[in-house]
Amino acid sequence: MARGTARVSASVNGSKPSKGPVRLLVGTMKGAFAIDGNATRDKWTIRDPWFFGAEVNHIVQDPRNRKVLMAGVKTGHLGPTVYRSLDGGKNWNEASNPPKFPKTKKGKEGLSVDTVFYMAPDHADHPDCWYAGTVPWGLFRSEDNGDTWKPVKGFNQHPDYDKWGFPSPAGKITHSIIVDPRDSKHIYVSCSVGGFFETVNRGKTWEPVNQGCIAEYMADKHPIYEHDPHCAVMSPSNPERLWQQNHCGIYRMDRPEGQWQRIGEQMPKAVGDIGFPIIAHPRDDNRVWVFPMDGTSVWPRTSPGGKPAAYHTKDGGKTWKRLDKGLPRKQGWVTVLRQAMANDHHDPVGIYFGTTNGEIWSSSDEGASWQCAQSYLPRVLSVETAKK
Amino acid sequence: MRPELPSPCSECGDSQEVKVHLSTHFQSYTGGSGEVEATGGTVLAVLKDLDRQFPGLHFRIADEQDRLRPHINVFVGTEMDRDLGRKLSKGDEIHILAALSGG
Repeated sequence: MARGTARVSASVNGSKPSKGPVRLLVGTMKGAFAIDGNATRDKWTIRDPWFFGAEVNHIVQDPRNRKVLMAGVKTGHLGPTVYRSLDGGKNWNEASNPPKFPKTKKGKEGLSVDTVFYMAPDHADHPDCWYAGTVPWGLFRSEDNGDTWKPVKGFNQHPDYDKWGFPSPAGKITHSIIVDPRDSKHIYVSCSVGGFFETVNRGKTWEPVNQGCIAEYMADKHPIYEHDPHCAVMSPSNPERLWQQNHCGIYRMDRPEGQWQRIGEQMPKAVGDIGFPIIAHPRDDNRVWVFPMDGTSVWPRTSPGGKPAAYHTKDGGKTWKRLDKGLPRKQGWVTVLRQAMANDHHDPVGIYFGTTNGEIWSSSDEGASWQCAQSYLPRVLSVETAKK
Repeated sequence: MRPELPSPCSECGDSQEVKVHLSTHFQSYTGGSGEVEATGGTVLAVLKDLDRQFPGLHFRIADEQDRLRPHINVFVGTEMDRDLGRKLSKGDEIHILAALSGG
């Protein structure tokens, strides 16, 4: 159900809509929260936090085994780690060997993991296997349900790693790890100010796939690397179709061609096509939702004009519809981060987003109307859906 | 003839038994204890011994390149020292404290 898990469930569960209560797994600057909704998704109950006081960039449920939860966690003091639960969140254990770069020889400057940013279950053929994306750029794999992690050398030691780009204010983020539900060897990974990458051999080698994207902040607007995908998803119903909310627009790509097409130019000019998240409809490969932000002048990165809204396309990006019923109509200066928007698989699809000012908003009608499900949380870093 | 004793590692110093004081941040690793015993000739060797006793603790204090984490401070006696290669002397006590600012 979650963004990182939808691709697996597409191959496991087909396209049948889900039913019943929905749980939101919310990562914040001060802990993770489970927020339970009823079957109609209009009443929400929050639980006491897990990892209280710690930064939780991502917490996801395993669609292959719903009892398994995985969380990328750190505190300001103690550095990055992974916590995992094998009983649906009743008990948590820290990874005995969390993601780490190899120790370098004395006298050489080596990389160290600052943040475990993104958690992604592997293909259904590898039921205990997970991937983690880190800051700085790094990809790690666990084959024991998150207890021990090893670097994916082909990625972390890519021959052009030093040419990929430069740190953005949030660091060199590795995110949007997408495992092809048809082939576990085929994986996409996104790097902020690094670009979009693909492997067809389970991580041994990686190729950049950035053709068609523009890098407005570079002198060369079409470099091989140095692109800035903020969030990328695959249509669960069509693994050939990929979507990207980039620092420089909204894009779609249909494989096997490797060319991104900017579909955000059809957005209203006053709103633009800059934002962090993008989510795909679980059963319709023409439909995605985005949450635009102000990317003009000094880039406030809040809702354009103080009027928050999601935008939705039903035709592959030819047209976009504004979805703001129930959201503040003015003075709503919210930011929705790249991992803070998610959908369930119900019919109609439920859409959820969290804001940096600590609110969770929900829609049980595909964004046609919104309600505030929770207020007064810490800064929301991620939202994922889960089944209870 | 008696076999020759191996010469001590020039970078490791003579091993000492030291008392280590840990702030609350680390006590989930030590079963709630803020004062533990460890052995080592350097601060780094003590961290390794602490990790042997309390798995995972070393990585919370120093990163994978054995660099002290930014908001962690180590004191040998009352002297702050970020050099994990610092050699220890008999009777030294170590304080490992976390100091974070901002919200």
